Amino acid sequence: MTHIEIANIVNNIGDNMDKNSYNAYIEAKKPKTTKAKNLLLAFLVGGAICTISQLIFELYLYLKLTEDISYALTTMTLIVIGATLTGLGIYDKLGKFAGAGSAVPVTGFANSVVAPAMEFKSEGLVFGTAVKMFTIAGPVLICGTTISVVIGLTYYIIGLF
Amino acid sequence: MSHHFKLLKPIGIITYSSCAGPKEMAGPLGQYIDISFTDDKCGEKSFEKAECDMFESAVEHALEKSGLTKEDISFMSGGDLLNQLISSNFSARDLTIPFIGLYGACSTFAESIALNSMLLSAGYGDYAISVTSSHFSTAERQYRFPLEFAKQRKVTSQWTVTGAGAIILSKDKKNINVVDVTIGKVIDMGITDADNMGAAMAPAALDTLEYHLKNGEYDIQEYDYIITGDLGKHGSDILVSLAKNKAIDLKNKHVDCGVQIYDNNKLDCGGSGCACSAVVICSKYLRLLSEGKIKRILYIATGALLSPLSILQGESIPSIAHAVTIEGV
Repeated sequence: MTHIEIANIVNNIGDNMDKNSYNAYIEAKKPKTTKAKNLLLAFLVGGAICTISQLIFELYLYLKLTEDISYALTTMTLIVIGATLTGLGIYDKLGKFAGAGSAVPVTGFANSVVAPAMEFKSEGLVFGTAVKMFTIAGPVLICGTTISVVIGLTYYIIGLF
Repeated sequence: MSHHFKLLKPIGIITYSSCAGPKEMAGPLGQYIDISFTDDKCGEKSFEKAECDMFESAVEHALEKSGLTKEDISFMSGGDLLNQLISSNFSARDLTIPFIGLYGACSTFAESIALNSMLLSAGYGDYAISVTSSHFSTAERQYRFPLEFAKQRKVTSQWTVTGAGAIILSKDKKNINVVDVTIGKVIDMGITDADNMGAAMAPAALDTLEYHLKNGEYDIQEYDYIITGDLGKHGSDILVSLAKNKAIDLKNKHVDCGVQIYDNNKLDCGGSGCACSAVVICSKYLRLLSEGKIKRILYIATGALLSPLSILQGESIPSIAHAVTIEGV
């Protein structure tokens, strides 16, 4: 931005003018985010979590469990791991650099439920923990359920023809 | 009608006191802070109770240093970041000092000093206390996300300071005095990013700074420091460049409490919260003034007046800045 453009914004500060210019100026002045680094870390951590999940799944198969049960058990195991690491105060440290890599897998879902459950314990088990438990994960459940219904209905209607 | 006021008489600062949590004590101002809390929960059941402990400690320590009792205090004003000002109100209940609750977000400490000074200089009361507190954990759970939630912080985010600061003001002139105040206007330049409060608050700081310098009796050169509350690194850069275009040269004069409180680059873009400037002013700068190492400061605290609800409703972030001149004899 040129000095003249900046001077224009600045002379109008305090009046309800040039908010657009100020916002453009702020966008231009924003510190550079390390997008490439964030993407790489998210990829590596997310990939690592998924690889570990696959190994867990293989382990259950090796223990002669059926495929269906192994799938379910793997998800449950990951949720236990995510919840435990959240309780130990480790998962948020991972999230600080991993970003989506730790948020997207189901371990991240576990973290998003356990974190508020722990946080709001001071307001009691019912109105604190139980009420607030799904403040972050709620939309995931709503979206998932709603879209399942839509897909199910669509599938049914297509099946009629 | 002017909103800059030269006080009818200088209002003395008798004592000042600050307390803070482990991260702040580990920062560059640890040596100046009076009371150190090694545990964020202060041994209490909740972070909110811990914040009350800090609030009360700051006030009680200031009283102890002054030799005054609670009964000597005409009124206390102050605030915090929490809904219904529970930290302040519950602390005021325990302190049993007449209380005026204020909400100016992170500008509350300057707002309180301005208000108390105006009242005392007009002849109302003998002694008054200005106090504010904030706590990282109580602010996060109200404004942002649970502590254990694995969220990445943005480059422009700021870290709420855990601590409290208090000063006792007297109607008589003392070695350090508040001499004038500028009450700020709410300024909103349309910033909607709650993680970039520096950008939201810089225009308010500029507006009050410009007005104060234009209407006050002191030139910018007559101040040792222009101290902003918690613009953070990013907000400070914005203020300095905006001010330059208004022919106000802040180079070598401007310091920001949010940048001062933590080791550079270690904690987000710097500190924020009511206690940010309260702790920094009540630890380092009032001490420098009382030791005669500096003569005069302009303390401008800024506050971002958003709520979690207003952001979700698509509102932008209005801000305010209040200024007071504090000088030594």
